[in-house]
Amino acid sequence: MKKLINTPETVLDDTLAGIAAAHPELTVDRAARVIHRAGAPRPGKVALISGGGSGHEPLHAGFVGPGMLDAACPGEVFTSPVPDQMLAAVRATDGGAGVVFVVKNYTGDVLNFELAAELAAEEGIEVRTVLVDDDVAVKDSTWTAGRRGTGATVVVEKVAGALAERGAGAREVASIGERANAASRSFAVALTAATVPAAGKPGFDLPADEIEVGVGIHGEPGRRREKLRPAHELVAEVVETVLAEHTLTPGDQVIALVNGLGGTPLHELYLVYGEVAARLAERGIAIARNLVGNYVTSLDMAGFSLTLTKADPELLELWDAPVATPALHWS
Amino acid sequence: MPYALDHDFALAWLRATAAAVEQQHQRLTELDAAIGDGDHGTNLRRGFAAVLAVVDALPADTPPGELLSKAGSTLISKVGGASGPLYGSALRTAGRALPAPTADLTALAEGLRAGLTAVQKLGGATVGDKTMVDAFEPAVAALERAAFDGFSLREATALAAEAAEAGARATVPLEARKGRASYLGPRSVGHQDPGATSTALLFRALAEAAPR
Repeated sequence: MKKLINTPETVLDDTLAGIAAAHPELTVDRAARVIHRAGAPRPGKVALISGGGSGHEPLHAGFVGPGMLDAACPGEVFTSPVPDQMLAAVRATDGGAGVVFVVKNYTGDVLNFELAAELAAEEGIEVRTVLVDDDVAVKDSTWTAGRRGTGATVVVEKVAGALAERGAGAREVASIGERANAASRSFAVALTAATVPAAGKPGFDLPADEIEVGVGIHGEPGRRREKLRPAHELVAEVVETVLAEHTLTPGDQVIALVNGLGGTPLHELYLVYGEVAARLAERGIAIARNLVGNYVTSLDMAGFSLTLTKADPELLELWDAPVATPALHWS
Repeated sequence: MPYALDHDFALAWLRATAAAVEQQHQRLTELDAAIGDGDHGTNLRRGFAAVLAVVDALPADTPPGELLSKAGSTLISKVGGASGPLYGSALRTAGRALPAPTADLTALAEGLRAGLTAVQKLGGATVGDKTMVDAFEPAVAALERAAFDGFSLREATALAAEAAEAGARATVPLEARKGRASYLGPRSVGHQDPGATSTALLFRALAEAAPR
């Protein structure tokens, strides 16, 4: 394992030190392990809080700022944060209008955010939760943990953040987040496994000419393994897989996210985006907005995920609203 | 009352669990890497190190139930993931259900049944889902049977440890239906569940800590 770390045990603390140094516009509470906007809380504003394991940067700390999150709670690498962190984030950002959690659908994240919501409720703070579950590699079934939350998290946090910025109530903010999630589907392909610092070696062995299809963002193997093929074949299959779980018809518009998993160069991501755009054009589906880059990563995993969000005028307007965070910013 | 769960036994149990986790953390992490994300051993190791720091600082007259519930709260605060809330709630709920200052075998079995119920309520798993419940449920059932049959604490906890280990081994051919392993579907078959494995460590530690 070659990594720029001090010790596996101090990775999170050392990363927080770096975030604090790089972003004086954010407040990094290293003891509580919470990153929040400076000047919080803002009276009367719904606080949008998210979090999850570290190793997915820029998710979530990179999306803290005006127009998006009020606070982020980073857990240990690939491990959800603990309820104490979310409670500290709630206390730091609650402006009296309630709190909305954005939670990716993983058992650990769900349980810890649930416990945190109970603790906040005991303090008289109303918490609503938006569960993100966009990954079509996993069957949505009551007999399993259900679909995973992946790339759509960015879309959910962006539109819910924009609405919260305009002064909407907690119910409306949660509602638009749920709508963005319901309109989103994602699928990911890995070319290499991720190496968790504490484990010291890749999560799975992958021969040089093989790929894992249908991976999540925690280094776990995917749905199946197959030979690497030219990008146009692979991307065509990924697009078909996402569309098969969508209700998109010719004439529809989407927000398209071609997301790197951490170890893939941007040139490959643009190549993939070109293939995605061509496939969607064939289907008569227009890409209204796009993002190409590393937004929801899986440490050093090579590969990409595709997220398509069915767009409507309200979602597009919220998407276009100004945002000023380390990883997403436009005006 | 002989052979009761008292402060010393509870503390010895937590220490034995922490020692087992310390010794086995790499194995737990490897089991987790096969079907999860490879951090189960790391996370429990961090959690039980914190548990020891907390319970070692408590006064010697702390009732066993309070020791366990403090240990549970510490796990919730330090571990994260699914194992933090699940193990934390198990111990916290079990501890709260135990009478003070000591608990006999029947009370211990009832307390651990309450802990198991808390786990199942949080995680929604039942036996056969390839989770910690596959080891926890047979272990508690063995304790309950042994209590009914009048076994000693030492005999009963040994039976519980064996039942937990058998339950953990029985997860190998199962397809996971809960937790991160469930995302793998049929590919989760053929691997022992890391949560059931660590639960077996917990019950083996209980047997080791039981007074002779």
